[in-house]
Amino acid sequence: MRKCRTVPILLLSLLTAQAIGAQTYGLGRPLTADEARRVDITIGPEGRELPEGSGTAADGAQVYEVRCKECHGDLGVGGDQAALIGVPEQLKEARPIKTVGSFWPYATTLFDYTRRAMPFEEPGTLSDDQVYAVTAYVLHLNGIVEEDFELNRETLPDVKMPNREGFVRDPRGQAGE
Amino acid sequence: MQRRSPTRRAFLGSSALAGAAWSACQAPAPESTADTASTGTLGSPVSRYGQRSPFENATRGVRTTLTPEAASSRTPLDETYGIITPSALHFERHHAGVPEIDPANHELMIHGLVERPMAFSLEDIKRLPSVSRVHFVECSGNSGGEWSPAGAPNVSLSHGLASCSEWTGVPLRILLEEAGVRPEAGWILAEGADACLMQRSITLEKAMDDGLVAYGQNGEAIRPEQGYPLRLILPGWEGNTNVKWLRRIKVTEGPQYVKDETSKYTELMEDGTAWIFTFEMDAKSVITRPSGGHSIGSPGFVEISGLAWSGRGKIARVEVSTDGGSSWSDAELQAPVYSRAFTRFRLPWEWDGAETVLLSRCQDETGYVQPTRALLIEERGTKSAYHCNRIKGWRVAADGSVTSAEV
Ligand code: HEC
Repeated sequence: MRKCRTVPILLLSLLTAQAIGAQTYGLGRPLTADEARRVDITIGPEGRELPEGSGTAADGAQVYEVRCKECHGDLGVGGDQAALIGVPEQLKEARPIKTVGSFWPYATTLFDYTRRAMPFEEPGTLSDDQVYAVTAYVLHLNGIVEEDFELNRETLPDVKMPNREGFVRDPRGQAGE
Repeated sequence: MQRRSPTRRAFLGSSALAGAAWSACQAPAPESTADTASTGTLGSPVSRYGQRSPFENATRGVRTTLTPEAASSRTPLDETYGIITPSALHFERHHAGVPEIDPANHELMIHGLVERPMAFSLEDIKRLPSVSRVHFVECSGNSGGEWSPAGAPNVSLSHGLASCSEWTGVPLRILLEEAGVRPEAGWILAEGADACLMQRSITLEKAMDDGLVAYGQNGEAIRPEQGYPLRLILPGWEGNTNVKWLRRIKVTEGPQYVKDETSKYTELMEDGTAWIFTFEMDAKSVITRPSGGHSIGSPGFVEISGLAWSGRGKIARVEVSTDGGSSWSDAELQAPVYSRAFTRFRLPWEWDGAETVLLSRCQDETGYVQPTRALLIEERGTKSAYHCNRIKGWRVAADGSVTSAEV
């Protein structure tokens, strides 16, 4: 008996909820704007999410020396881990070399990745100024920016990577196409 | 009751002896005791969490590297049966190690282009309507060694970055609808709670279609290596997009071009351009028994068995050749065949003792047929590194030993 009465009401409320785009289940809690801002660290290609702060390659050389060199080598090559320098011509070699300089389409990705994931054993320990600086340094090693170029939230999105046009969307087609 | 069942009796007998052998510092296993009656020795008591038999020793393949936290381990596919990979043998690929997460302190945050930014606790998520689905997860670098003519020597090395589980969780669509997706949204960004906060951009279409926020794997909580307490499952999409330790979803207009969808997990073509957002795993099959490193022993009956899967739907057909590709026979597909899941195939075979090559070739429900290495290279060249799904061959020598065949 009770069931007969609640089912239509539930159905009705489901329909109304969808029509006005409201919640259906009422579970979860609101995420405050402050909480969302703190975790919203992904930097898209337009760089809208970039934080305050700045740095030059000259500043970044010191960060690199202390925090990166042991794994990525002197001047971004010859370490145990990935080389960080190169040019797109190397993509056509028999053994292609994919690096920040030769392959990465956006400089924002270098900032984002360094800030969240490097140095490998202590990710998240660089200040935003240090991330700007070491990003500028790696770009400078690749001949993409001058040594005194100040990288910040205004200038970083305009840095054009050599392989910016090098990517095409998966042409395999979707199932059934 | 127990004593009347011959199988039960034989099992009790051998396991009691097995226990004795094991505690005696792993003395050689006893001779077959199939005919022996009960030994009169009691077995082990009940226990709270089961262990496999000490006689079983299948393990994931691990290569020693400088950074074992940014590394992979491989499923020994030839030592798994049916279509489910034991959770403890599910392959791993981590970029910054396995985090230890207390579910009481873990939330899934959803924000960005939504009406109501929200955070869901594990309790919230488990109260929402859940589903269980069987799906494979495959690293897009799986079978990378198969770009070479020789291929990898055994099936763990050649295909072991793929595994299949029953995943239980809440459809991502439900969570996104609770937050209210704005009309201008086109993609989502999914981020994990591992040390490097691994992230990927995913189309909103896929997220709404069959994305799953999973908390269960093969009947229990997801293993830490597989993303405990929450993992994104995107059926049929390359493993890396199935973000583990899922903590945040940002709804966005376009993709974010993060490191793992630009520097990695893109396919380089011969002209120097690269394919990006190559999400679906194409159909693939491999014979797991007999396979590289095995020995058939003597001529006679051998069941050929293997696995086939497709990121684009169900497996429709698997053909097996026992003569290096001159002739093909349809293998039997073990029911039920699930979409975007391992499908077990079997073919009875009478080995005459002559050297030969075994091959398998699958077709999925879209009509797509697993290509040869030559066809794949014709389409993509030799530098794409990821997404190799070519036909694999195993050479059976006259002495019964099995090795990788050049195909
Ligand atoms: C302890 C060793 C170590 C240190 C120190 C280190 N890295 Fe790394 N780096 C790695 C490893 C390992 C990877 C690959 C991680 C993976 O598998 O996802 C990597 C990857 C990278 C990549 C991506 C390379 C590519 O082409 O995909 C960049 C860029 C990078 N590191 C920059 C830096 C910077 C900048 C620093 C200093 C702030 C730094 N790393 C410090 C070990 C290190």
